[in-house]
Amino acid sequence: MNFPVDLKYSEEHEWIRVGDDDTAYIGITDHAQSELGELVYVEVDTLGDEVAKDDIFGTVEAVKTTSDLYMPVSGTVLEFNPKIDEAEDDEPGLINSDPYGDGWIIKVKLSDPSELDSLMDSEAYQALLA
Amino acid sequence: MKTTPLTEKHIALGAKMAEFAGYNMPISYAGIKEEHACVRNDVGVFDVSHMGEFIVKGKEALDLIQKVTSNNAAKLEIGDAQYSCLPNHKGGVVDDLLVYRLPEDNCTEGEQAFMLVVNASNIEKDWNWIKEHNTFDTRLINISGETGLLAVQGPKAADALQSLTEVDLKSVKYYSFVKGQFAGLDNVIISATGYTGSGGFELYASSDQLAQLWDAVFEAGKDFGIKPVGLGARDTLRLEMGFALYGNDISDTTSPIEAGLGWITKTKKGEFNSVEIFRKQRVEGITRKLVGFEVLDRRVPRHDYIIQDTDGNEIGVVTSGTMSPSLEKPIGMGYVKKEFSTEGTEIQISTGRKSLNAKVVKVPFYKV
Repeated sequence: MNFPVDLKYSEEHEWIRVGDDDTAYIGITDHAQSELGELVYVEVDTLGDEVAKDDIFGTVEAVKTTSDLYMPVSGTVLEFNPKIDEAEDDEPGLINSDPYGDGWIIKVKLSDPSELDSLMDSEAYQALLA
Repeated sequence: MKTTPLTEKHIALGAKMAEFAGYNMPISYAGIKEEHACVRNDVGVFDVSHMGEFIVKGKEALDLIQKVTSNNAAKLEIGDAQYSCLPNHKGGVVDDLLVYRLPEDNCTEGEQAFMLVVNASNIEKDWNWIKEHNTFDTRLINISGETGLLAVQGPKAADALQSLTEVDLKSVKYYSFVKGQFAGLDNVIISATGYTGSGGFELYASSDQLAQLWDAVFEAGKDFGIKPVGLGARDTLRLEMGFALYGNDISDTTSPIEAGLGWITKTKKGEFNSVEIFRKQRVEGITRKLVGFEVLDRRVPRHDYIIQDTDGNEIGVVTSGTMSPSLEKPIGMGYVKKEFSTEGTEIQISTGRKSLNAKVVKVPFYKV
């Protein structure tokens, strides 16, 4: 399993990739997609909202189970990946095939970048799974 | 954790494994959707050796079976199988099961022999229950440990398996079986039954020969697109057909009449456990009913989600749900108050965070 070193990880198995201007991409980890199995639908009902750290920003549906998505840090939801959005390209399977790339779920504007310090790096996250 | 004779093979095939009913079982190999399609279109193989098998043999074997099961086993000829359930004393269900009337080659004069096939999670409970009721001149033998079971399911099952046996597979009628030679093994029960709705066979063989049987089945089926299928697709396949799953849709507290299993509850056959309760439910009616529903939003209903009327009042509970791979829409089953059970009734499914729009539909959800 793959856990890129340029990402930060949460205990709820989300990853975050911080870019310029305090924006960041958020998705679920390779471990999370593997545990859930084939994803069939992703719902993000917080577009445009400011969502606090650890609050739910959406839901993923796998064939076998449903799982809520938690914000690893506080932020405003700027974008829902159109490639997986049902109303657009509707390819939730991208989360299974490319969890850190085309399978990103939301783009956010960070409310408090210092919260990133509370997250794990790749090594710590792998230790959590071990 | 217990294993089946094929657990090592599943692991070697790269299956995703998980504990089910105390056994280390394959959940999926290539992916649930692909395995599901394989059974609907071609042929797939399930290792369901975790299921339990009991032999009931003796002069009063039929009397014991009639006492503990709800369907009318007196109708069974040698070579017939029957879907049935074990009612408890409170109008609920101890388990659902298959009853096979076996050939009498090992019986003495006046004896009959049956095989009961029960859910893996209930083997001990069922065994104790049936034993408790055995006041008859009959023996009970638990052969679960020595018995392996493959379900070979799909429209191409008969063609894929025909080279392995002299038995004309297409002539084996639905819910009947032949005991015979198969893949060089003696005394395999070749049963035209299954839990998928796509036809095919269930093959009962001795545990120590199951690996050999598995290999022979895959070799024979390779030109027919045969693939291994896990418990994940077993659940989506059965749910598309509206088949009840014990522990989800039926349980110790649900009546077979409420569950739509009135057709296996023969209240006129004579006395059996809870028959008075079922007769009363037939006459007076029931207050809740197991229904199928489709969710109109693209969210998947899950076990224990609350069912509401369109005003948000609680009217029932979801017992099973999935995204149907064949229909590509979310489907589920659940108990609702009887007045909400007619086809087309608009209901809501509460996920806890929001209410989804749904409507009651007829089962099977999917017409094979």
